[in-house]
Amino acid sequence: MHELSVVQSLIGLIEQNAIQNNANSVSKVIVKIGKLSGIEPHLLKLAFDSFKEGTICQNAELEMIIQDVVAKCENCQKEFEIKDNSFVCPNCKSFNLQVIDGEDMYLMSLELDVGV
Amino acid sequence: MCKDCGCSITDNHSHHHEEHHHHHNHGNPTLEDKKTVEVITKILDANDKQAESNRKHFDEHGVFAVNLMSSPGAGKTALLEKTIEMLNDELKIGVIEGDLETNRDAERIKQKGAPAYQITTGQACHLDAFMVHDGIHHMPLEELDIVFVENVGNLVCPASYDIGTHLNVVLLSVPEGDDKPAKYPVMFRSADLLLITKVDLIDYFDFNIEKAIEETRKLNPKVDVMIISTKDENSLKNWIDFIKMKSSLRKVRT
Repeated sequence: MHELSVVQSLIGLIEQNAIQNNANSVSKVIVKIGKLSGIEPHLLKLAFDSFKEGTICQNAELEMIIQDVVAKCENCQKEFEIKDNSFVCPNCKSFNLQVIDGEDMYLMSLELDVGV
Repeated sequence: MCKDCGCSITDNHSHHHEEHHHHHNHGNPTLEDKKTVEVITKILDANDKQAESNRKHFDEHGVFAVNLMSSPGAGKTALLEKTIEMLNDELKIGVIEGDLETNRDAERIKQKGAPAYQITTGQACHLDAFMVHDGIHHMPLEELDIVFVENVGNLVCPASYDIGTHLNVVLLSVPEGDDKPAKYPVMFRSADLLLITKVDLIDYFDFNIEKAIEETRKLNPKVDVMIISTKDENSLKNWIDFIKMKSSLRKVRT
């Protein structure tokens, strides 16, 4: 399982953003996890909660938005949710799809304590 | 080593940093102690940037780079041994090996006369772009035409990491069963080429080749497929031709 590696990258990214914003600590982390990102959200949360000790995220709560897989058909321009892992346009049956969401993991936003 | 090639990660990183980040202060102006910052950056952003830098390395040397992925025992190393043998010095191959433990795979490749570098990942179940970058610096790129990266045997984790190669090849061996594409959609979606391997064993297993291809193409309609056995050189002809063709297309300069 690579959830721990992903959490290491996540905490690195959070630390950079916290430093840029002169934050003392992070109280909330919002991530978006694509259903086809290859990450198990439950394990990601466990990994985050054990790895955050001693980091700037020590008191942070992790909120996960689970993102459906969304594609756009390049032929008929329709947007739709991919269901049952079938990558064919339900409207015109084309294979010419652009997946626009649901395959990646994003750090969306942070709630920071900037102190006085 | 990294200074030599100007590909220092930290440079690269801070470089692209700003353009991807959009900061908005939603804080209460009278109480400046909480601040919400919008980030919207891929969690594996640093890896993806390193992957781009790896690809540039390969491109600068006209080297075609392939990421080989499969479960353990699907025949990645055997395929490489046979490929080196069949190319017979017509194209120069280097191999970056990823394994949790031991350097046995690298030793097998070296026996065939090709340079190989072993990355032992310890507990990590995949290679990331940083590990491959380390491997690249142990490859004599100027002498090579193709670099194969043999990823850690695993149908889950390697699929999430861009390591900076040009092509993802996923092996599925007959003994594993034809249900694997449906069970590991992220991996089989990432494939540019699917190799169904160990087809010499087809009579001993209930493996339906048509079903395996159909299920892979449902996930990944554009994937190419070859059916091979390293025990039968005829079955590898297409693979060797394909590798030669792809390598030549990477040497075209504008």
